[in-house]
Amino acid sequence: MKVKDLSEKFKVINMADGEREIEDVFCCDLLSIAMGKAPAGSAWVTVMANVNTLAVASLTDVACVILAENARLDDMTVSKAKEQEITVFATEEPIFKAALSIYNNV
Amino acid sequence: MDDTIVLEYTVDAEDFTRAGEASSDVKKKLKQMGVSPNVIRKVAIAMYEGEINMVIHAQGGEIKVYITPENIKMVLKDVGPGIPDVEKAMQAGWSTAPEEVRNLGFGAGMGLPNMKKNTDSMEVETEIGKGTTITMVVNMLGNE
Repeated sequence: MKVKDLSEKFKVINMADGEREIEDVFCCDLLSIAMGKAPAGSAWVTVMANVNTLAVASLTDVACVILAENARLDDMTVSKAKEQEITVFATEEPIFKAALSIYNNV
Repeated sequence: MDDTIVLEYTVDAEDFTRAGEASSDVKKKLKQMGVSPNVIRKVAIAMYEGEINMVIHAQGGEIKVYITPENIKMVLKDVGPGIPDVEKAMQAGWSTAPEEVRNLGFGAGMGLPNMKKNTDSMEVETEIGKGTTITMVVNMLGNE
């Protein structure tokens, strides 16, 4: 499954590398843990929506971030996502449901 | 001929929006040099954890990165309060981070353990009231 395929399911906040293959799914809200554990190339589902989420996403090299439970980035953070070329989606779904629907297609 | 490439950064105190800029820049430069993605990931994670620590605990600081064909050495120097008990600070889950930092999703006591986990060597020199210098090395070989 490619990153761009998720746009059928989730709202696109920023699309960077849509052709990237999703290799895994990862759920975690604690950035301290995500930093050490998020697998490169994974779809990371979280409710933690701040500029540090983007920093962790960039450094761990995840394929994309999915903000669950309607978690939102402010405008400044959205422009940072564009600048850093990080793909971000948003959904009303809870973390488990959002992650499961990706997992079933990976 | 000395083929060491040196990168220097200043980390500002209490600026969480800019924390990570130095590690992002190092990541970008290593990518341009064709360093293996796994080495880059390790360096980026270790350095970002260090940057966050400087923002949370010290009044910012300076980072120097030395890149050679053999390894990448990061030296993070601050003039913060120092670490009273390094052994405790190295334990996963031990944290002295304030509430507002925890609200951002940090401060779970994983910083120093994560830095150690992602590097081939790590040395902590610290003096109470004077500051802390952390030296970390990631080898090019064995981490591809």
